[in-house]
Amino acid sequence: MRLLDAVAWLGAFVLAMVEYVGELAVFALAGVSHLLLPPYFPRQIGRAFMEIGYFSLPVVALTALFTGMVLALQSYTGFSRFGAESAIASVVVLSVTRELGPVLAGLMVSGRAGAAMAAELGTMRVTDQIDALSTLSTDPMKYLVAPRLLAGTIALPLLVLLADILGVMGGYLVGVYKLGFSSGGYLTSTFSNLEAQDVISGLIKAAVFGFVIALMGCFNGYRSRGGAQGVGAATTSAVVSASILILALDYVLTQVLFVK
Amino acid sequence: MSKLKIRIRGLKKYFGPKKVLDGIDLDVETGTGMVVIGGSGTGKSVLLKSILGLITPDEGSIEIDGIDVLKAPVRDARALRQQIGMLFQNGALFDSLQVWENVAFGLLAQKKVSRVKARDVAVEVLAQVGLGADVARLSPSELSGGMQKRVGLARAIAARPAIMFFDEPTTGLDPIMGAVIDELIVDCVKKLGSTSIAITHDMASAQRIGDMAAMLYEGQITWTGPAEELLTTTDPVVDQFTHGRAHGPIKMALRK
Ligand SMILES: Nc1ncnc2c1ncn2[C@@H]1O[C@H](COP(=O)(O)OP(=O)(O)OP(=O)(O)O)[C@@H](O)[C@H]1O
Ligand SMILES: [Mg+2]
Repeated sequence: MRLLDAVAWLGAFVLAMVEYVGELAVFALAGVSHLLLPPYFPRQIGRAFMEIGYFSLPVVALTALFTGMVLALQSYTGFSRFGAESAIASVVVLSVTRELGPVLAGLMVSGRAGAAMAAELGTMRVTDQIDALSTLSTDPMKYLVAPRLLAGTIALPLLVLLADILGVMGGYLVGVYKLGFSSGGYLTSTFSNLEAQDVISGLIKAAVFGFVIALMGCFNGYRSRGGAQGVGAATTSAVVSASILILALDYVLTQVLFVK
Repeated sequence: MSKLKIRIRGLKKYFGPKKVLDGIDLDVETGTGMVVIGGSGTGKSVLLKSILGLITPDEGSIEIDGIDVLKAPVRDARALRQQIGMLFQNGALFDSLQVWENVAFGLLAQKKVSRVKARDVAVEVLAQVGLGADVARLSPSELSGGMQKRVGLARAIAARPAIMFFDEPTTGLDPIMGAVIDELIVDCVKKLGSTSIAITHDMASAQRIGDMAAMLYEGQITWTGPAEELLTTTDPVVDQFTHGRAHGPIKMALRK
């Protein structure tokens, strides 16, 4: 009996999982298809850019700066034991561009913009605003979801580009002012080992993460039910699911982009 | 008998075990005002949302201009439903937009007018619902509940739709403003030749805006008749409801 219960539970879990993924895929496809077909809502797109990109600037900038600083400091501890201090600049720039820039920016933006999206769309859902849109000849998927997907996909790579620069700067500050590297020497070893591919693959990751953040924010908000509590739950799941997806996809993308 | 604008037959909607709509039959003639009354939670809002396509019913037919929107191709159904302007029970104003953008939303969405022109129209419609031009630039959260309702009404009628739905248009308004809104609704329906369905708990208002009235009780339309007869009919359910009697066939316990 016990075993049967467990099997039944597992079956229900898998079914729910499949249903969720199916609904998510349909939602994503609908969102993307609305991006390609007119009418477009430039005001909505502009607003989404401001919310995802512009207002995330300070958080992402600070995160990147401190990450670069701490990376330089930490790797000094390790590398000085092997007399490999000269590798610090390369370690900082490669970790930031390939890995930490996109992932940390993704997590920060998910906590900021993804949560805000879920809360806004969720509130619109439970107060009938999404229904009201469709009674005013406006497809809510096109008006609310498509602009956010677009803005997320484009804004996050731009943020990550900034994070790359600030991360390197953080490493430079610690390297030059604390660890005693020469300014020219630090910069030379930063750029001598850096390839365009490192930066570009980081930006590709960022584009995927940006899409995922917007998708999870919109999906969870759009489906929310049951008043303030439902909106709260939607916000939480938007952030949690986007964060987990970012970490999982990071592995997948690293595999695809780096392993030769 | 004039042509039917809306014809509903056997409409059913269950939420889980709860039979909210259980075989609704309702006819609304072109150019008339229909008032739907019924207890709280009996499914009046669900009925309007089903006609609008916001809720998918389980069974039955909803004809608009003689075409069943539940069976018609999506595109046709959407075109038919686009004739409907809706005032939601809670207003449902877009709180990220200013009041005038709310009112002009339908006009702007159809891209038939410029923003400047749309703004002028919005101010005009706002004046009709008794709101001054200074309100146009406010955000919905800066308005009182009654003002929000009137902005919602302005938004519903701005595009002069052929069909108008009003979900409790005068709830939350003072008696004078209520009467003004009733008059406005009558004007819209009569002057534009629009067809309307209004939900209300206010019998005075029901008689002002309704040509016909229908009682929704236990998932069905149990009575229809001219709105003037609401207070005089011998139907026990309607009689109890319209006179607000505590005792009669309607049991509080039934209203889950
Ligand atoms: N999306 C939904 N999911 C589950 N149940 C619902 C949903 N929408 C409405 N209901 C239920 O349907 C019933 C009718 O709701 P409805 O909002 O239509 O009532 P109403 O007649 O408009 O009441 P009121 O006069 O208070 O506005 C209620 O019992 C409500 O709980
Ligand atoms: Mg209602």
